Amino acid sequence: MANYELRCRECGKSWGNQPRSICDDCFSPLEVFYDYQAARGKFTRERIAGRAPNMWRYAELLPLPENFEPRTPTGFTPLLHAPQLAPRLGAKSLFLKNDAVCLPTLSFKDRVVAVALAQAKNFGFDTVACSSTGNLANAVAAQAARHNFKAWIFIPADLEPAKILGTQVFGAKLVRISGSYDQVNRLCSQIADERNWGFVNVNLRPYYAEGSKTVGFEIAEQLGWRLPDNVVVPMAGGSLIVKIKKAFNELIELGLVEPKPVRIFGAQATGCSPITTAIKAGNRDIEPQRPSTIARSLAIGNPADGHYAIKTITESGGWAEDVSDPEIVESIQLLAETEGVFTETAGGVTVGCARKLYKQGRIQPGETTVLCITGNGLKTTDVLQGKFDAEEPIRPKISEFASYLQRTADAAVGEIPEVVEA
Amino acid sequence: MNITVQIPTALRRHTGGTAQVNCSPTNLGELFSILDQQFPELKPHLRDEAGQVRRFLNVYVNEEDIRFLGGSAYAFQDGDEVLLVPSIAGGAC
Repeated sequence: MANYELRCRECGKSWGNQPRSICDDCFSPLEVFYDYQAARGKFTRERIAGRAPNMWRYAELLPLPENFEPRTPTGFTPLLHAPQLAPRLGAKSLFLKNDAVCLPTLSFKDRVVAVALAQAKNFGFDTVACSSTGNLANAVAAQAARHNFKAWIFIPADLEPAKILGTQVFGAKLVRISGSYDQVNRLCSQIADERNWGFVNVNLRPYYAEGSKTVGFEIAEQLGWRLPDNVVVPMAGGSLIVKIKKAFNELIELGLVEPKPVRIFGAQATGCSPITTAIKAGNRDIEPQRPSTIARSLAIGNPADGHYAIKTITESGGWAEDVSDPEIVESIQLLAETEGVFTETAGGVTVGCARKLYKQGRIQPGETTVLCITGNGLKTTDVLQGKFDAEEPIRPKISEFASYLQRTADAAVGEIPEVVEA
Repeated sequence: MNITVQIPTALRRHTGGTAQVNCSPTNLGELFSILDQQFPELKPHLRDEAGQVRRFLNVYVNEEDIRFLGGSAYAFQDGDEVLLVPSIAGGAC
């Protein structure tokens, strides 16, 4: 017997375990509920410490089939101390949860897909599918290849080339849709209605979304089984931020961390900010927007978990901010230059919003704050086009290098480095 | 004036299996009244106790979210195709 089941988040009706995301009675989303008593005594710091460094070390609190054997070491990405970025934001105790290096496709989406495909196999699907703004497409395509599923991926036609190529290379069937992500998403819910496919973010969504909790479990474990004061999380559909909070609550429930209020902060791009707009206006629900931002992985104008994201943030005493496209690019560069972490646009959104939150005094410098970096910069290099001069090549001669130094020093601020004997 | 309404699978058990409805409402309120009359069992699934459209039900007209068209103020046009779709999440974070 599984120690988890699907229940309606609103009316509480139990749906057992099946590929389904919506309560037929009230149309509300389903959520995985656990029997925490069953996990007590098994899900302990000591036991977890003895397990391999990947997300499967938290198996008791993931909705996995009983005989599931993981084949990919997803998760357990570094929690980096960020002493150089900190002063630039006005922070003193700053950490980066770096899912730019999550395996196998360099975004936090690998976590959710790993759980979804475990259930896809369990439910007997031979085909998996998703609607995606790119990172999910990569994650589904790669893991489908590894686990021997056929994959159908639906994306907005104008996605970044690296995300398109990084899907096709795995042999997935890619369908480009002329429209926004929200339109792709709506189409997929209709396709899912007609075909017996495991849509990771439609009929497998309750299981899929649980994978996000591992970000929260890892943050706590990597801080030495302690909760941070604040987390700053990028928001698209609004699911990750809700699940990080759920993870913290579960660790408290099972006694792995001391109870402590953690303030949850959300980050969006100004060009697609339905959740931050609602929070700033004091609304409980979002108004859909038509996205226009370079942060395409966050460009969801009608976030399905928006309502819960708003609730999570406001109940925690947090806040939400948004940043413009130029601020996103500047923040990508700031993070790269200070900490050597190259993130995609969503990470730029997180860093840029964190800077605003410190400036506004909503986050205090001395508090322990974790920024969630969810994706890799190599996938969105197009936003840096024109940011750097194309360097003229020089001939391989030492005198050429000397005159190159002279030229560049004359042209810019640079100092000519002294020649010292080696 | 005639519009068609597509009923998603999840709701068809309340419509006796009917997948498509043709009717002539002028706006969303009227459309719901027509559906209420035709399928009394459907009503509580489309609206909450206060009579509001359920939070997680999205209404599309010709592939556009009705909220972009004025919501309940939108006047249906002849030939409009209406979709009732549960809101689902995906994409990024």
